[in-house]
Amino acid sequence: MLKVSTAPHMFAKQDTNAIMKDVVIALLPAACVGIFNFGLTALITIITSIASCVMWEYLTVRYLLKKPSTINDYSAIITGLLLAFNLPATIPVWMILIGSFMAIVVGKMAFGGLGKNVFNPALVGRVFLFISFPVQMTMWMKPNWHDFFNRDIQTGATTLGILKHIDASSSATSLTHGNPDISQIPDYWHMFIGYTGGCIGEVSALALILGGIYLLIKKVITWHIPFYYLGSVFLFSSLMWLATQDIKFDPITHLLSGGLILGAIFMATDYTTTPMTTKGKIIFALGCGILTVIIRFYGAYPEGVSFAILIMNAFSPLIDKFYYTRVYGTRKK
Amino acid sequence: MTKTFSLGGIFPKKYKITSEIPSKDAGLPEYVYIPVKQHIGTPAKILVNKGDKVKVGTLLADADGVISADVHSSVSGEVIRIDETEAASGYFENMITIKVQGDEAEDYIDLSQTLCKEIPETPQEIIDKIRKAGVVGMGGAGYPTPIKDTIPQDKKIDILIINGIECEPWLTSDDRLMVEKAEEIVIGAKILNKLFGIQNAIIAIDENKLKAIDIISNITKRYVGVNVRVCKTKYPQGGEKQLISAITGREVPSGKLPMDIGCLVQNVGTVFAVYEAVMKNKPLYERYVTVSGDMCKTPQTFKVRIGTPISFLIDQCGGYDEKTAQIILGGPMMGNSIIHTQAPITKTSSGVLLLSNELSKRPTPTDCIRCGKCVDSCPMGLRPYLIGIYTRNNLLEELKSIHAQDCIECGCCAYICPARIPLLDFCKLAKIELKNKQGK
Ligand code: SF4
Ligand code: SF4
Repeated sequence: MLKVSTAPHMFAKQDTNAIMKDVVIALLPAACVGIFNFGLTALITIITSIASCVMWEYLTVRYLLKKPSTINDYSAIITGLLLAFNLPATIPVWMILIGSFMAIVVGKMAFGGLGKNVFNPALVGRVFLFISFPVQMTMWMKPNWHDFFNRDIQTGATTLGILKHIDASSSATSLTHGNPDISQIPDYWHMFIGYTGGCIGEVSALALILGGIYLLIKKVITWHIPFYYLGSVFLFSSLMWLATQDIKFDPITHLLSGGLILGAIFMATDYTTTPMTTKGKIIFALGCGILTVIIRFYGAYPEGVSFAILIMNAFSPLIDKFYYTRVYGTRKK
Repeated sequence: MTKTFSLGGIFPKKYKITSEIPSKDAGLPEYVYIPVKQHIGTPAKILVNKGDKVKVGTLLADADGVISADVHSSVSGEVIRIDETEAASGYFENMITIKVQGDEAEDYIDLSQTLCKEIPETPQEIIDKIRKAGVVGMGGAGYPTPIKDTIPQDKKIDILIINGIECEPWLTSDDRLMVEKAEEIVIGAKILNKLFGIQNAIIAIDENKLKAIDIISNITKRYVGVNVRVCKTKYPQGGEKQLISAITGREVPSGKLPMDIGCLVQNVGTVFAVYEAVMKNKPLYERYVTVSGDMCKTPQTFKVRIGTPISFLIDQCGGYDEKTAQIILGGPMMGNSIIHTQAPITKTSSGVLLLSNELSKRPTPTDCIRCGKCVDSCPMGLRPYLIGIYTRNNLLEELKSIHAQDCIECGCCAYICPARIPLLDFCKLAKIELKNKQGK
């Protein structure tokens, strides 16, 4: 029996599932560094986060929307991984449950599920937790590569936190934060490989870049967003640094610390919440870069990546409306 | 340096398994079925009656108006039926059925293999010969070539592009033609140059056809005004608009024709047919057809008489079994699947593909993930995902504002979409709806 169908009669191998699987694979190196650094606590956080994201998605789809389950499209797993990456390893399990609820139910399913949400779900979860539980969200562990049951919790500042408080540290007010000391800033190499405190998935630039290269090779993402995002942050902090010679603007430290690389490679490239066209993506990335720098330098928080991406997420539909590819045959003479 | 178009494009696997295999004469089937409309425009007027004896090259039907083309017999024998017969499209079309007897050609046709280089002096003589031979665009659409030849006075053509790009996977009919009939094609280009008073003809060949590039480049050294340009192997490089932008950097404005920007594009098959028509008085009654596909046992490019049933070719390639899920007439990207293998090869059939289910099955669509891949792949710079959304909601004004009518139906978007949304179907529907509305 011959079948008939309309053209085309062949299709690219890469379908939605393949893309999602590739993103999971690309996140693994950073997950390994996180577990290596922070031991069992990190592993528990990652597993809890993934499991609860998948659970929330299953429950909403099956019992609220009464539709066939969508959990095997891997997207909830990615949200779970990314959420865990944006959490400190020490976070209590019940907070993860709340965070994942916000991510999946409020951030994603309330908009209609995969492909329809406006904001990056993992960031919705993170920012909600960050605002609700600022203390637990800023407790960092020291990395320890020798002790899997590492319980060496350090409260206080990450690299960016230290930078933020440098000029205030001479005054008495900031003493409550401990005494931020420039000497506590890890050297570039340790920041690059990830031997530093911070959220589980953001510490190792190396691991994240490896994942990014994998995504580029697999054509899951294009280079535009990471390049323009990281590039603009680097450029603006360099300008500030050159103008003021102040270490708090050191461009390389800014590039390597905080969630910037994680955000630029994995969260600002999320398909659903970013513009569709290359032109739009570049504008989106530049916007993220500028907002990140502004928040880091002048905002109340030491870190600006999550807010920057969420704000630009809100602009994505607008960018799509005004910046699209030039249609063939409409070139101005 | 290889040339290419700037917007979009995809790189499907090429599967050019027949490119090294010399073409073979498919021979004579028992019956041929010759449709009177193998071109865009009005069907030709039938001149023969049931019972008439015809020879190879006998005029069967006469062009009706300017946008029409003559149809000739491809075999000698007896007309046994003139009626509505099922075509490859599945629709019934008016066809002339001829029972093949012997293989005798009309006397005026020069069947020798000798190369003729003496181009007729006057353009009118050339036009008449092309018209009489029923030449149509053989790249796909089947525009009767004479309309491309009768160009309004105010349009100045300065470049003739000969399309030797075969960007659809599997197909190698143009490739084999270029390798086997290289000099004829170059002379055909000279004829068209003369006809339009053009100094510059460019034969565009994609980069993976090394042999064709080599042979034709060597020949063009001896001919002034014909040159080869190598283009990147990318789909849809052979699309008329994409080829023009690759070669000249010009763009055909929306709703205009290539001649409006001084370009004329002809497929290599058409140019070869022009050579045969003008130099050999030979009407267009045979063409190269590739039979291939992942389920084809012995893939092969054939020289086929027009009207030969598709099954006649498939049988020579080992037939097909139950593992063959689809038979495609044309390429896998733009061709149509057929259910009726008795349907005939026409002037525009470039290939017959036997495809497996794994390769050709329609994947189940899921929700759009807004990946933007369809936008990046569209060679017309359109936003296929939006065309999909607007078509679903029947928003005609919006469809128009995003230039849905400029879609060339290349299928890049539907090929690439990871959510497997049938974007090409939406595009086609959108174009039909827009046309209907315009008609009102
Ligand atoms: S089929 Fe139309 S919309 Fe789709 S890629 Fe081709 S030109 Fe663009
Ligand atoms: S390629 Fe498919 S999934 Fe991606 S944006 Fe286009 S329609 Fe949506």
